[in-house]
Amino acid sequence: MSLGKVLGYRRENGRVGIRNHVAILALDDLSNAACEAVANNVKGTLALPHAYGRLQFGEDLMLTFRTLIGIGSNPNVAACVVIGIEPEWTKIIVDGIAKTGKPVTGFGIERTGDIGTIAAASRKAKEFVQWASELQKVEVDLSEIWVSVKCGESDTTSGLASNPTVGNAIDKLVAVGATCSFGETSEITGAEMVCKERAATPEVGEKFYATWKAYDDFIQEFKTDDLSGSQPTKGNIRGGLTTIEEKAFGNLQKIGRKARYMGVLGPAESPTGPGLWFMDTSSAAAEAVTLWAAAGFVAHFFPTGQGNIIGNPVEPVIKLSANPITCATMSEHIDYDCSAILRGEMTLDQSGDNLLDMLRRTCNGRLTAAESLGHREFIITKLYRSA
Amino acid sequence: MIQFLVHEKADTVGVATVDIKAGETAKGLYMDSQAAVEVQALDDIPLGHKIAMQAQAAGDTVLKYGHDIGKVVADFKKGAHVHTQNLKTKRW
Repeated sequence: MSLGKVLGYRRENGRVGIRNHVAILALDDLSNAACEAVANNVKGTLALPHAYGRLQFGEDLMLTFRTLIGIGSNPNVAACVVIGIEPEWTKIIVDGIAKTGKPVTGFGIERTGDIGTIAAASRKAKEFVQWASELQKVEVDLSEIWVSVKCGESDTTSGLASNPTVGNAIDKLVAVGATCSFGETSEITGAEMVCKERAATPEVGEKFYATWKAYDDFIQEFKTDDLSGSQPTKGNIRGGLTTIEEKAFGNLQKIGRKARYMGVLGPAESPTGPGLWFMDTSSAAAEAVTLWAAAGFVAHFFPTGQGNIIGNPVEPVIKLSANPITCATMSEHIDYDCSAILRGEMTLDQSGDNLLDMLRRTCNGRLTAAESLGHREFIITKLYRSA
Repeated sequence: MIQFLVHEKADTVGVATVDIKAGETAKGLYMDSQAAVEVQALDDIPLGHKIAMQAQAAGDTVLKYGHDIGKVVADFKKGAHVHTQNLKTKRW
């Protein structure tokens, strides 16, 4: 069985990308200016500045390295220039990305300065852009497109229509052997036992539960009144949600009704085979989608109620909403309006098919709302303070 | 035009997709089977809020998405508004 063919870029390691970026990746905060200068010099490149990369250590440093290597390795990236303040850590990122077989070159600013680095990196970036511009898209099966899912600014229309629409599409993708992932560890609270039972094996379920428990313990330890002391929040209750279970089951609609998750991934960790995977992520939209992009996912389904506007520089974010007010007042942010479900004019099955159509169009070149509006939220998950 | 949706057959509550007025006979739809259903609303049910598909007594379990979303803490009849006044989590 197949959900049809789409156009994608077959990368050196066999993975399929749906975009063809030449990324100018900063190792650290200090190198952002040089990356942006290179991207300004060489048209068609994508600067990836961010806030960290200095004096991190331990697990936090490993996650930053994994995120940077993963972003450069993402199949939506054709080639990558890495710029760092010093050569050692820059080399770690370059060597990590080079394992994919794609062209990657690193530049250190120390003993050269910004201007010399920008000149050398711009020449390499120009070479990469012209090389990438001649790469051709080929027909691939839709099941080769790795899809992640996460919702944001949810309301009752999310649980009724947009989240189950995503779930319907995920069931269909997983059934044909696609690779998909969900996360939002903290938002599962209230449905953690049901989520545990959706694991493919009891061992995977136990690993999920331990991961959820560790995140929940961390939140309980540090939480203050600004992180709603009681769930659901006052806004949720005003919208009609009564219990934390009800809120959590609405969220969990995104994983469909049939698919069972094959394993539990650490943040930014890549799956090792097809199927649905749980990833331990924050529920903050930009942080979570960045982790999936770093894990190699090339398209994201983002159902929203009140209208979250997130995008990602590397992984196109396809937004859908069933809230007619959001679809009317924020139409430029919404790729797919599924409010017909609320009027009884469309079934979930039809809506899931419509979302898969939007995925096909996105693969074939349609820019998402977030891409056309320039939303490039690249946010590294920080585990604790730097030294 | 429908006024409420029920996720699945087993659910004891539906969700209003428009503001429903007390006394109205509201038209709904089961999302799993597309079967039509009607319930006379006993209370005003605002958009996004829950309407009782059956009478439930204190201690009963309320089902939505086919799952236990909490326990009844005050008896209600079919067509009632189900919310914080008659439904609570079993968690705390």
